[in-house]
Amino acid sequence: MSAQPPILEVDQLTKSFGGVLAVDKCTLSASKGKITGLIGPNGAGKTTLFNLIAGAEKPTSGTIRFQGRRIDGQPPHRTFHRGIVRTFQIARSIKTMTVLENLMLMPPRQSGERIWNPWLFNGRVSREEEQHYERAMEVLNFVELVDLRDEYASNLSGGQKKLLELARTLMCDPTLLLLDEPGAGVNRVLLGKLAEKIEALCSDLGITIFLIEHDMDLVTRLCNPVLVMSEGGLLAEGTPEEIKRDERVLEAYLGGQYR
Amino acid sequence: MRFERMLTPLVLLTVTGLLVGTTLERSRSLDGTINFLAFFATTAAIYAVFSLALNVQWGYTGIFNFGVAAFFLVGAYTAAIFVKPPADPESSVRYVGGFGEVFSPPFLGGDQWVPFLVAMLAAAIASGLLAFLLAIPTLRLREDYLAITTIGIAELLRRIVIQEDYLVNGSRSLIGIPKPFSGYFEADTNRFVYLAVVVVVLIVVFLLVERVIRSPWGRVLRALKEDEIATAASGKNVFAFKMQGFILGAMFMGVGGAVFAFSRGSIGPTTFDHFFATFLIWAMLIVGGSGNNWGAIAGAYVVWGIFTITLNLQLYDLPSLIESRISFIRDFLLGLLIVAILLLRPQGLIPEERRVSIWLDRRMRKSTPGDPAATNTSEP
Repeated sequence: MSAQPPILEVDQLTKSFGGVLAVDKCTLSASKGKITGLIGPNGAGKTTLFNLIAGAEKPTSGTIRFQGRRIDGQPPHRTFHRGIVRTFQIARSIKTMTVLENLMLMPPRQSGERIWNPWLFNGRVSREEEQHYERAMEVLNFVELVDLRDEYASNLSGGQKKLLELARTLMCDPTLLLLDEPGAGVNRVLLGKLAEKIEALCSDLGITIFLIEHDMDLVTRLCNPVLVMSEGGLLAEGTPEEIKRDERVLEAYLGGQYR
Repeated sequence: MRFERMLTPLVLLTVTGLLVGTTLERSRSLDGTINFLAFFATTAAIYAVFSLALNVQWGYTGIFNFGVAAFFLVGAYTAAIFVKPPADPESSVRYVGGFGEVFSPPFLGGDQWVPFLVAMLAAAIASGLLAFLLAIPTLRLREDYLAITTIGIAELLRRIVIQEDYLVNGSRSLIGIPKPFSGYFEADTNRFVYLAVVVVVLIVVFLLVERVIRSPWGRVLRALKEDEIATAASGKNVFAFKMQGFILGAMFMGVGGAVFAFSRGSIGPTTFDHFFATFLIWAMLIVGGSGNNWGAIAGAYVVWGIFTITLNLQLYDLPSLIESRISFIRDFLLGLLIVAILLLRPQGLIPEERRVSIWLDRRMRKSTPGDPAATNTSEP
């Protein structure tokens, strides 16, 4: 599709939970600098695929390569440090922390996270906190949550939580962003805003984005190419228009009764 | 709303009033009262060290350690064998170590404080080592399983102490553990000197805990307590952080065990029963407010205060029906207090701070004066 080799290559990936094959010999890839959409009926294995890429689950077999290097089976904090940052389908911010601290938690390699540094080099820890604070305020301005900065994350609305999830990923310069249904439960007005933010991430910051979404309007607007998963494997790949015309996709969604 | 805010001062004042009142009544002299209160304060401060340590494990890291007694025991015995002289082979008292004279430099009155400092360090290290060994297989367990494991370890260690009586004199107890600076003062004065020592230890532990908790390190702990999966997805090595929180808490428990051993002068396997060495400390943390270091100290004060008040009550001319059952009534009252707190004020007397990072806390207070959100307390 493009001259560059894909940034993310999934090859013959399989994950079984007991007898259930959630992901079944799935082979797909995502290209650098693009927004790749992933759609498919419920239970197609989309979220499991994300879990495998991010390291939350270990694959049963198959490989995942990121920037040419294998990452399958690595724990989530490792894949994070390689530049793969994810959001969750149901927003998973830390409810018992304020919005600001949810963001300030994110930057990798904080010196204040080493247990001896707050005791021995508190000045350095404070200086870093200041930098993270400034950056968090910029991000909050970007997602327009700045008025809620000192509110507990649990007090945010569903849509605001989704924005917070996105904001958290912006604290750590991701190379590849895995967004699991960023638009789910977000109202129309906010959804437009969210789509703009995601587009800006890709075009302005050059972040590669791989996103699961059910809302076809959002997918059509944002994604190219679109991948379709069904029953654990890749079913189709193409532009949003091609996908909409593809009969196999319709069949997968509708269970074939309109054949 | 007003009642909410008044509750904590009210409880603290009531406990203090009853404590001083019943003690005065009991000893009928100012000297006696002061002596007794000094003894009370020493024990409360020692318990506060434990409560702070448990707060690191439970209040911040979410580790369900129901075997505080294990770390208490290891800390206390380690400290004891580091300050006692070697065992006399002629006598029937047997114990390993006896390094008291090894670490006594002959200058600066070294024998009066250096061995005790070394002993506290050794207690912290021994207790931390136990935590490390325990953590490898158990820390990945779900928290209820971890609780069961830690109870088991506490009991196991107690049995080892009893059975292997060459280690620390078994069930005959280890007696004659010296106090720091005891060579300089009369026994009467030394009570206050030792109170000062314990208070200094408490302050140091508090400052160490508060500094490291209210930092990015503590922020990771609070995050993983709430949601380990999200924290791992934020690039944090959850296991490593849990390990650090568990070990740090255990080390402070070791220090608590050390100051307890010096305070009592004698320790035996029965000293470390589940009630005094685990349950009471949990009660203190829950009552005071887990997730807040001030709360941990307040809880130790209030619970030990109530405990002492009921001890004092025994001296009143009570109906024999009550008098013979006072120790059970005491346990009953304590249970009632915990249930009341859990139902009416589950966040404890002093709730968790809104912001973990002290830097951010100061910044937010400065930037938004008058804003209700600028006060750093949780919502119920």
